[in-house]
Order: sequence, then structure tokens, then C-alpha cells
Amino acid sequence: MNILVCVKHVPDTETSVKIGADGKSIQTQDVNFVLNPYDEYAIEEALRIKEAKGGEVTLLSAGPENAKKSLRTGLAMGADKALHLVCPHQHDSLTLAQGLAEVIKTSSWDLVLCGKQAVDDDEAQMGVMLAQILDWPSVSTVIKLELGDGMATAHREIEGGIEVVETPLPAVITAQKGLNEPRYASLKGIMMAKKKEIAETPCSHSGSKIEVLDLSYPKARSGGKIVGEGAAAVPALIKLLHEEAKVL
Amino acid sequence: MKVLVFAEQRSGEFRKAAMEALCEGRRLSSDGELVAVIIGRGAAKIAPNLAGYGPDRILCIENPLLEQYSTEGYGAALEAAIRQENPEVVLMAATSMGRDLAPRLGARLGVPVLADVVGLSFEGGMLQAVRPIYAGKLLMKVRSKVSPGIATTRLKAFPAAASEPSKQPSIQPFAFEIAASAIRAKVKQIQSEAEGTIELTEADIVVSGGRGLKGTEAFKMLEDLARTLGAAVGASRAAVDAGWRSHGDQVGQTGKTVAPTLYIACGISGAIQHLAGMSSSKVVVAINKDPDAPIFKIADYGIVGDVFEILPALTEAVKGIK
Repeated sequence: MNILVCVKHVPDTETSVKIGADGKSIQTQDVNFVLNPYDEYAIEEALRIKEAKGGEVTLLSAGPENAKKSLRTGLAMGADKALHLVCPHQHDSLTLAQGLAEVIKTSSWDLVLCGKQAVDDDEAQMGVMLAQILDWPSVSTVIKLELGDGMATAHREIEGGIEVVETPLPAVITAQKGLNEPRYASLKGIMMAKKKEIAETPCSHSGSKIEVLDLSYPKARSGGKIVGEGAAAVPALIKLLHEEAKVL
Repeated sequence: MKVLVFAEQRSGEFRKAAMEALCEGRRLSSDGELVAVIIGRGAAKIAPNLAGYGPDRILCIENPLLEQYSTEGYGAALEAAIRQENPEVVLMAATSMGRDLAPRLGARLGVPVLADVVGLSFEGGMLQAVRPIYAGKLLMKVRSKVSPGIATTRLKAFPAAASEPSKQPSIQPFAFEIAASAIRAKVKQIQSEAEGTIELTEADIVVSGGRGLKGTEAFKMLEDLARTLGAAVGASRAAVDAGWRSHGDQVGQTGKTVAPTLYIACGISGAIQHLAGMSSSKVVVAINKDPDAPIFKIADYGIVGDVFEILPALTEAVKGIK
């Protein structure tokens, strides 16, 4: 199996994000960037498939120079190779998907895995757009994946249940939390990752079909009142919810 | 201005979120035209149920190959409807279906998608939207530079109210053919959750538990309260990672974003990732034994104390007022 995993370098979810001086992007100094959490599930799944069926796992990331850090993280987990599409500028997802698709088309793959969304822009559309541009089938938000001969069965999370989807390969699968438990990189893995080469490709796409006008903070919630302590405070709480907040 | 809304249905039932998208479409199109599209078997039969939400016309696509949702089949069908109708704006709800379908559609049409928006306007001939990013830690105002502008609307971010229609919408079949081979990824089966389970993202009340619940036992107390309130059960990441609840129940960054009328956080300290996922709730109640827990800083009402003692008392008290 020749598997490609698309990954993104994003601010750690613990980050308290602040708006930058331009009002349109975030402050990046003192922000810890990490491999997008959903991409960890995608990498883990790829590694498990490789361990079961043989093959090779290649990582692909688009972004500025620091995207290489997340590629190193994935290599340390056990991926074999990494490609960096060097894109210093911001793009909309579709333009970026077109750029990634051009790189993907230069080789032949059995499967492309992506995280179901990146935790920075929360768009959750790269994987499916990529599939359409490649003219491949896709299954998104997958929590279980079984591979057969030239096909896959994927369990896709929907409201109130699970869709069991069968798809021929190659296909794009996007990983949801629950798919697996990602491994930690071993010390040996980290050492080996340093020696693995990251191949660079320049990004030929420029511009974005979406213009960012501004960023703002959501309305802050003001701390409310402590109604009381212990079970004795329950009647007072119920009264407030019923009469003041009018939600019961 | 013409707005086209994909009105999502499963097994003949419209999603409430589809009505939210439709009402927002009505507001945006104002005196222009609002076209609703229904895909699936029996579309024409259920179409009249949309009348109160303001569509001028309803297109019904009833190809037998579209009986089950598929990203490829629905994507192609919706593209055909859009190419015929030529709307300036296309909306659908940001449900699991909408968030799978919209990027397929956008890539088919060569236009980007404004995903999971909480506010919309139409300015200078282009669709403009406000989207939460970083799980709601920031809001980003964006404008599509190309037409049509496609957006998915966040659940519960837009009001859905039916009114008496001044005139009945015209219900029209839309002929659409697709080769069976063009739908490659196919739904083979749908495994439904237990009857009566309330979907987290759609619930009016959410009762969530965290590390302070100490195990699965206490979640039974939480479920009792949820049943009494008609609420959905959520969980913090700590509770999910401990294996007490399934990942589908997780509220927060790397989980679900919820905005119920009432959110009751039990034994949840209030990590930044959790707060991001529930801060849009109308009223927040926090129950925690640590008076310094960050959750109290954003809660409207708090009780300091032991959840094991307070939860059963709360359930009894709610029964008392019902």
C-alpha cells in the first residue's frame, strides 16, 4: 500500500489565540505550533495499515517553512518520507487543495488520509475537496476503517448514528477522533526522523478566493454568581433558572 | 438576488437545521427569489412542509440512485440544480451531511466554501460571513471573491421560525440523471444510536460531565438528570480520554461545539479547549468542588460542592417542577 497523509502545522489547542497587529491574522510569537491533532489519527492509521499490509507512508504538508516541524513529528512517529509544498501565503481551502492535488498527481497512491479538520481554521473541507479535484471517492469523519482488496469499508460518524460506507480505492479518508489511539514517537524514531529527507516543492498557486476582512474576539461571558454550596443550594438554583434565566 | 438552499432530509424528515438555513436564505434574498432543493425519495411528498419557511420554489430531485446520501451523487445533483438556477448564494446546514457535501460541491463548481458560519450578509454582490475559528476563540469575517458564494450554516446559530405563507411555493420536479458507476463510495448500512438519544449539537439543554465524575458510575447520575430535563449528555476531553464516554460525546476543541439554551457543567474545571466549545451557550451552570475552577468565571450560576451529592438533588428538584 502506498499511502499519503496530508498534515498541517497549527497552534496547540491550549493556545489562547490573540489577534495580530494587522487585525486579520493571529499573533504567532510565543505560540506553540504542533501537528494538527486530527492528523495524528490519520498518520497512526496509515502506520497501522503499513504494519499490517506492508508499503510506504509519505507525509505531505503545505505551509511556510515551519510546517517542516510537523512533518518531522510525523516522521518520528514512523512515516517513511515527507514532502513540503512551500506556501508562504494564505490560501482558501480550494486553492490549497488544487496545489496539493498537483503534488499528489505526480505519484500513484492507494489511499490518501487527512485529519477531518485542522483546529486552526476549522473548515473541515480539505480532504473532500482534494478527492473531487483528483476525481476520487471520499469518506469523511471516519472512526473505523477496514481495508479489503482494492476497497475499503469506513464507518462515518453522523448525527445519531454511523454510516457504514464502502468505497473502491484509491480514495480520500478523513480521520475523526476515535479512529485509533495515536502512538508517541520513540526516542529512536525521533533520532531517525532527523536523518530523513524532506523534499520541497514550490507552491505555484497564489492568491485566495476568500478575502479575510477582520478578526474579532467573541463576546466575553461575564462570571456569574455562586448560588451556594452543596445540595442545599439546589432549590435556589432551580428558582433562578426558572424565574430569572427562564430556561426551565 | 437569488438564494438556493439545500434542505436536508433523512427518511422523509427535514432536519431542523435545514429550516434554519432556509430562514436565513429568506432573510438574505429579501425581495429576491428563494429556491429550496430537496434530494431523495419522496421529496415531492414532503416539499409542502417547507412552505412556512419562505421558499418561492422547491425543486425535488428523486432519482432512485439518490435514495441514500452520497457525497458524489448529491454533489452532482446539486451542481446540476445550481447550473440551471444560477443563484448568487448557496446555503446548507453545517450538519455531518452538509459539511461533507459542501466541499464536494465547491470543488465541482470551482468556488470556495465559507464553512460553519454564524452570520451572513450580501455586500457588493458577494457573500460575506462571520465564522468562528480556533473552536470559537476568535471570529473571522470573510468575503467570497467569486460567485456563487457557498456557505454552511452552524447549527442553532440562525433562528428558524415558520410563518403563514402569503402564497404557496411552486413545487417542481428536477430531472437529474446519473450513471450508477459515478457513485463510488456507497452507504451500505446506517447504525442508529439507541432510540431517544438526543443529538448533542441540536439539544436545547446539555448536561456535561468531566474528570470530577471519577468514572462511568457517576455518568449514570448525569444520564438520570439528562432524561429528566430532556437533555443530551456531553463530556469533557478528560472524561472521554479516560474511557468513561465515547468520543462522540466530547464537547470542546477536538470535540463538538454546542450552543444550547442551558449548559450544565458537572465536575468540569473548564480548560480553554472545553470553554471554546460551549461558550456560546445561552445560560451556563457550573457544579464543581473547587471554587477556583475556571468554569465559574464564565458560568452564570455556580454551585460549589460535591457532584455526587448535588446531582441526585438536582434531578429530584427538576422532577418537582415538571
